Formats: sequence, structure tokens, C-alpha cells
Amino acid sequence: MRYLPLTDTDRAAMLETIGAPDINALFSDVPQEARLDGPIHDLPMHASEMAVERHMRTLSKKNLAAADAPFFLGAGAYRHHVPASVDHIIQRGEFLTAYTPYQPEIAQGTLQMLFEFQSQVARLYGCAVANASMYDGSTACWEAITMAGRVTKKARAVLSCGLHPHYVEVARTMAKFTGDAIVSAAPDLDAGCAEDALIAEIDDETSCVVVQYPDILGRIPDIRKIAAALEGSKALLIVVNTEPVALGALEAPGNLGADIVVGEGQAIGVGLQFGGPYLGLFAVTNQKLVRQMPGRLCGETVDADGKRGFVLTLSTREQHIRREKATSNICTNSGLCALAFSVHMTLLGGEGLERLAMENHRLACIAADRLVEISGVSVLNDVFFNEFTVVLDRDAREVVRVLAEKGVLAGVSLGRLFPAEDALANGLLVAVTETTSEEDIETMATALEEILA
Amino acid sequence: MNAPNTSGWKPEAPVDHAKLADGPATVTGNRALMLEEALIFEIGSNDTTGVDLPPVDRKRSTRLGAFARAEKPELPGLSEPQTVRHYTRLSRQNYAIDLGLFPLGSCTMKHNPRLNEKVARMPGFADVHPLQPVSTVPGALEVINELSMWLIKLTGMHAVAMSPKAGAHGELCGMLCIRAALEARGDAREVVLVPESAHGTNPATAAFAGYRVENIPATEDGRVDLEAMKARLGPDVAAVMITNPNTCGLFERDMKAISDAVHAAGGFVYCDGANFNAIVGRVRPGDLGVDAMHINLHKTFSTPHGGGGPGSGPVVLSEALGPFMPLPYASRTKDGVVHLVEEESADAFSQEHFGGIMQSFGRMTAFHGQMGMFTRALTYMLSHGADGLRQVAEDAVLNANYVLRSMEDLLHAPYAASGPCMHEALFGDRDFAKGFSTLDLAKALIDEGYHPMTVYFPLVVHGAMLVEPTETESKAALDQFIAAFRNVASRANAGEEAMKSAPYYAPRRRLDETQAARNPVLAYTGEVAPAGKPTMSERGGR
Repeated sequence: MRYLPLTDTDRAAMLETIGAPDINALFSDVPQEARLDGPIHDLPMHASEMAVERHMRTLSKKNLAAADAPFFLGAGAYRHHVPASVDHIIQRGEFLTAYTPYQPEIAQGTLQMLFEFQSQVARLYGCAVANASMYDGSTACWEAITMAGRVTKKARAVLSCGLHPHYVEVARTMAKFTGDAIVSAAPDLDAGCAEDALIAEIDDETSCVVVQYPDILGRIPDIRKIAAALEGSKALLIVVNTEPVALGALEAPGNLGADIVVGEGQAIGVGLQFGGPYLGLFAVTNQKLVRQMPGRLCGETVDADGKRGFVLTLSTREQHIRREKATSNICTNSGLCALAFSVHMTLLGGEGLERLAMENHRLACIAADRLVEISGVSVLNDVFFNEFTVVLDRDAREVVRVLAEKGVLAGVSLGRLFPAEDALANGLLVAVTETTSEEDIETMATALEEILA
Repeated sequence: MNAPNTSGWKPEAPVDHAKLADGPATVTGNRALMLEEALIFEIGSNDTTGVDLPPVDRKRSTRLGAFARAEKPELPGLSEPQTVRHYTRLSRQNYAIDLGLFPLGSCTMKHNPRLNEKVARMPGFADVHPLQPVSTVPGALEVINELSMWLIKLTGMHAVAMSPKAGAHGELCGMLCIRAALEARGDAREVVLVPESAHGTNPATAAFAGYRVENIPATEDGRVDLEAMKARLGPDVAAVMITNPNTCGLFERDMKAISDAVHAAGGFVYCDGANFNAIVGRVRPGDLGVDAMHINLHKTFSTPHGGGGPGSGPVVLSEALGPFMPLPYASRTKDGVVHLVEEESADAFSQEHFGGIMQSFGRMTAFHGQMGMFTRALTYMLSHGADGLRQVAEDAVLNANYVLRSMEDLLHAPYAASGPCMHEALFGDRDFAKGFSTLDLAKALIDEGYHPMTVYFPLVVHGAMLVEPTETESKAALDQFIAAFRNVASRANAGEEAMKSAPYYAPRRRLDETQAARNPVLAYTGEVAPAGKPTMSERGGR
């Protein structure tokens, strides 16, 4: 029991101090019929570090890791190179094993980091204020929708057909319980982004319009046009971004007329991890909206000696003070992932982020050009960042399955994302990052040629 | 009772700080190993980068369309050595469980084993995409399934929803299962009962799930008033949310009777599992009639909390609620294979394996949940085993009672007379000198090298101090903590004026939280300098 420091001698001495005859006496409030008299059956007993590691390694090796295959998956989770120093820093015990900074005098490391993180996210998004992070992009998106409801006192959210279908599902699920109306449609395999159809849905009861940028098919919607259509309306424009690296190459949503910008920050610093933990980003362009924001906020102040310091602030919005009147029930942020994001972003800087973005785009263009050469393949997108949609001459789910058997992780089929939409079944979402080599692109293209031949 | 240092650590004579020279001022503002650190915005530049990537070729045509950036984003960059130093310096301004006892009640800060970290970084776990073909991730699904099996057996429940991202998200999941189950039987109920001592997340969650919250009072001995609750039960009550052991650190002796009464009235019992560490391996909530309970993997099962997250909040469910759990879920079928059930396969899977009874309420998050936390928690469970986890609860409870009985002569312990506590010991400020507060004691404890306990929670005790040592503290570590705790309690009782200005030795003195809230400064608004122009000047007085 390598994690338990007490010896039997210690335990006996402590029971004597307490004045209890044995350990069972300390559990005397548990009703007799609910007490277990020994270790739970059917579970293994304790095991050595070596034995546990061996077991877990066996499970790990059953999976095909992204590094071991030509890899083209995206759809809201992206594989980028994470510098070694990022993982080193997040494993420093002072960061890894700290709790929420409830005592700011001895948590300035976490707090200054959060202040820096908020500032980085605000700049990346073109916003005034960002919070200290949320669970992930999909929950941040729903929180933005509910926030728009609080601000506008309306309850009809209009979602773009280009919003990630899992984000739509989260909103639909939650709206069933809150009574909000969710207006959404599946995308068409059409190069345009259907801004006009979205704008046509805006009415007097609309609380917000939610647009993903770049969208689920890799298209880049005209945010300015939607913002212009909302002039004079109370409804807020929420822009969702699931690939922050794109903002090294594309204009920040806050500069295009967004009121709230939310997204998934996983792509910078965090790694794939089969879906979590990830990093929800949340920002607003107008500081006046801050008091309706969910989640933790870190702010600058001074200490009793006049030195600059940082504290969690505006907690009167939060559940531990407001209880049932809080802006959100959220208690946890994604602090360690925020640290990873912030360290990676510091290593990049504006210069590195732009270089990274353009390298992604360069390789994605190469991939699109190569794939379109294949008979039976067309590329949907005129414009894209590092992810685009190809349309095959058959159901892409089957193609993805066969390619996986050949050791190629070819992308995300639209059938997997939109199982109810037969019209999308031939679509395949292909993401290309700086980790994709030109050789990987050729391997995938050759394998696809064989299948489609 | 007197100080318990009969063995182990012995306190030296107290340091008389009045006799210590202040010493000369330093040019840098640093004091030896106490190093100040500027913001990245003040030391970085917009042209510096710590990664090697090809420069942007501005002549190359792009397919970015109308919104291509005209200029690179204004974000400070640092080289790798500067980056490592910046964050290393910042890290040294943090308290952490790796540095010492971290007695935050109801937060369960226990040792984080490094094997967990090693395992979570194995490529088959860290480097797999959530939407990879399921044929390429059987090991990941087995981890989810194996962890599910552990959680079900440890709690005596029927099913577990793995996707919730944190404790409060798990609470929401449980409450939505309850609401979905009630709606499925056409039963529209409006009220959720919550004890006064509940975590703030409980009423916030109930409100988010669309319920009206009503408080139920506590008895003199710090537990739910069973009779008051029974009197309030009726056809409008959807659920009762109870924390057990509760936030006063006490086991709810009447839990089974509470559950029976709620069930008889047609409602459900939600249990907040934040304090599961006290009973893991000794009591199964399923045996007490619980219908839903979230489990904070970062509390009971040692996954790191990293300065406030990530968490992970799987929810164990009773037979009545299991069919409503959210998508996606992993499930092992009769053929022994673990399947991933998503929207696409949910109906067919439920027909084939559950006779069509699965009626998921929907999706709570984009992917499967906190896989990186699952691998860590499973690693921890396998390390401890069924026997070790039982010992965890016993040692956690033993340590808390040791603190309780070592302090009760000096500090008001409101429920100490009614019997042992569970995993945390609760004290109040009743015996402090006039004008002295729990905050003063907490800040003085910082000077002694400790992170303070949870303060001003639960709300039912005035000036509450909730101490949770956890099972990963040695007796010597507890003895030293008790000596320090006794010292600061005595000073608060005696009204030592100097305490009101503590902490003296932390990286910062007390911070002005009023100013922070009144004039919020939530982002750095200055410019980021181009390379070669140091911006770190004239910061001294800030």
C-alpha cells in the first residue's frame, strides 16, 4: 500500500488518542446493515506499480495511436505537435497538484497564469474579456446560448447548419430541460455557407445566432454579413471556433462583429486524449457583458504592501455564493489544460502562431489538390483552413473502415457525424496539420485510389 | 486534551520573528529564492517564437478567402529557455499537495501518484482521436468499461454514465436522468429539496435542470431533519439532493429511511458523492437507496486537479435511472466485446441488448468524457485494489478524527460531542477573541507553511473551518500540522493583534479583493513590444 503512510503502530496510537477501541468505532454512525465486513468481492486486490503498468500498457497497445498511422481526423479535435517543454511544465507538482486558488497569497502562480491565459484568449478571439476556461467547446457553446438568453430575455437560439453536430446535440439536450427553442438544420453538400437561410430565421424572439468559424465542413462563413443582419436586433452573435490554430491565419471573430466567442482550445497544447479533458474557451467583446458570463474569472489587484497580485473575482455570479440564482452550476474549470494552452501559446507567440497556421494551410492545400486527382473524388470547399470536405462516389463510412484496416486513419465520415442524413453519407472530412507529412498524404491518396478503383 | 505529540515530530522553540533583521532592500525586488516574475506580455515580444517553423511566404497564394488575416495576431512569444523559466518561477508561488498537507475540506486533496501520469501519457491513450474508427480503439473502450465496472461495484449501483466532465456536470447528468425518468412516466414534478448544508452546486444544478429549490433544515446534531423532510414530501417533489457523508463531515444515519420516504412519495434520491473518500470500500451508496450519485475522480481517485481542473464526474445510477443515461456510452455485451453506443447505434443497440428500454436523454458533451482522467483513476484503483481502497477510507477517517480530538479543547467543534466525524473535522469561530475571524486564522496558517482548510463552508456553522487531512498524510505530518493549528487557534482566542495582518511570509500579503471586483481588470491591455525593446521597466510600484 505504497500511497498510505500510516503504520499499524501509528494507527493504534492514534486510536488511543481519539479514545476509540478500534477503527469500526469510527464508523458507528453507519447502520449495521449497510456496513461491509471486508473488501468488496469480485474486485482485484492491490497490485505493484510494475504489475499495474503492465496491465495498462497492454490496454494501450490495443489502440492504434495517431502517430503510428497516416492520420487525417479533425471535426473538433486536432492533432498538433506539442513542444516537450509544455508537458514538462504542466507536470511540475506546484501546478499539477494545486487546487483551485482559494487562498490567493499562496496561489499567485496559478492566478498569474490564468490572467495571462485570459489575456491570450481575449487577443486570439479579438475580444475584451475571456474567462478562466470551461469544460470543453461543446459545453462552452451551450453556456453562451444560455447567457444570450439572460442578456436578451429571449429564448430562441438560431444555430447555423455548419455548427458541429455534437455541439448541436448538447444544445438540444439541454434545451429540452430549460425550455429554450433551438432552431437548426443539417448542412447541404454545397460550397456556400447558407448565410441567407440563417439570416431568414432571425425574428423578434431570437436570443442569439450561433455560427461556427471555420464550420464543420471546413467552410469559412461570412461572419460580417450575419453581424450586419443583426444590426438593430437585440439578438447576440455567438461565434464558435473548434480549431484555434485557424485564428493565426484568419481574422479574429471579435473583429468581425461577434458578441460572444466560444470554442475548443484543445488544439493548442492539450493533445487528443480520446476526447478529454479538453479546454472550453469563452470570451465577450463588450466588457459590459462580463457580469452575465459563466465560469471563473481572474483579475488584477494589489496586496497590502501595494504589490501587484491576482485573485479570482466577480464570484457573486457563481454557485457557491448565488446558489440557485447563479449564472451557471459550473464549479470546475479546466485549469491544467489552460496552463498547457498558455505555455504552448507563449512558445508560439504571434509570430509562431501565424507560421503554424500557414504551414497547416500549405499542407492542406497539397492534400486537397492530390485527392481531387482521384477518380470518384471531388472537393467541396473553395476556401478552407486546414480541414475540408471531400465527396466520394460511395458511403464514406465504409471507405473509412476499409482504410483503417489498411492502417490509414483517413478522416471523419459525415455519416458518423450526421447518422440521420443520408444526403451527407458520401462526405468525408479531412484534416491536415503540421504533423501530416507529404508522404502521409501520398499514402492516403494511393490507398483511396485502390478502394475507389 | 493536550498537544498530542507523544511521538514523531516535535516542535522546536517558536521562531521569534521580531528578532529577525529585515535586511537591506534589493535592487530586483527579489529575495534570494523568492523571485518576482513579470507578465509574458511584459517580457515577450510579438516577433519572438520558441518553436521552429518555416517563415510565412507572403507570395504564396492561399485558399483562406475573404477573412485571411492582414497581420499576425498580437501575442507575446518567448524562446524555450525564457518560457521554462517564466513558468518555473510562477510555479514557485503556488502551494501544492507535493509541498505539504492541503487540508481543504470537501475537496479531498490527496497525493497524486506519478504512475497515473505515466500511464495517461501512453500513446494508445494520449494520442488517439475520439472519432477514430472503433475497431482501432478497443483498448480505450476497455478502459472505460473496466473503470465503469469498478465504479458500479464500489457503489453497489446498476449503471454508470461516464461522459460528465466534472462533479457539477455529473450532478446535472443525475438530475436530468431523474427528470427524464419522471417525464417518461408522465409525472411533472417541480420541486427539489436540498439541505441547508449542501454544496452551492446542488441548488444551482437543480435550478438548471428546471426545478424550484426548497431548503430542508438540519437537526441539532448536524444532519438532515428526517421528520421535517418527511413532512415536506409529496407529489410535487421530484428529488432530494443529499451529500453523504455530509458537508459537516458526518454520516447521515437516517439515509436509508430518507431514501425509503422519498421513494414512497414517488421521488428520487440524488447523492452528492464529493465525500465518497470517507466510505469507499466500507459502505455502498446503492445499499442506502441512492438513485444517482456523481463521483469526483479527482477527489476519491487521485486524479490531479491542476489549479482548478480538469475534473471528471461519472454518475452511478440505479436500475430505475440507468436507461436514461446520456450518449455516448460504452457497454460490454454478451459476446464480451465493448461497444461504443452513439446516436447512430443507440436504438438498435438498445433493442438488441436492453429490450428497447434504453431511452437516453441525449448528449451532454461533444465526446466520451475525460479519458485522460479515466486512465489515471483506473491506474489508482488497480494499485490500491479492493483491500487498499477500504484502507483508504479507514485511514482518511482515522486522520480526521485524530485532528478533531487534538483540537477540540481549543476550538469550538460543534458536532464533536455527538460522536466521531468521518473524513473531515468541522470547527467554528465561537471562542475567538472579539474582532478575530476565521480568515485571520487561515492567513496565519499560511505563515506556518500550510494551505488553510476550507473556510466559511458549510454555511450552517459560524466562521466554519473544515479540515480534511486525507489518508495520504503520515502521523508525523499530522502532528506538525496540529501543533501549528493549535498555535494559531490559541493566538486567535487570545486576540493577538499581529494576526490580523497575516500572512507576512507569503509571496503576497492580503490581496484587495474589493478593488478587484469593483474595477475589474481581467486582461492585459497594453501593447506587446516588437523584439529587442524591453517593456519590463517601471513596474516597481504596481
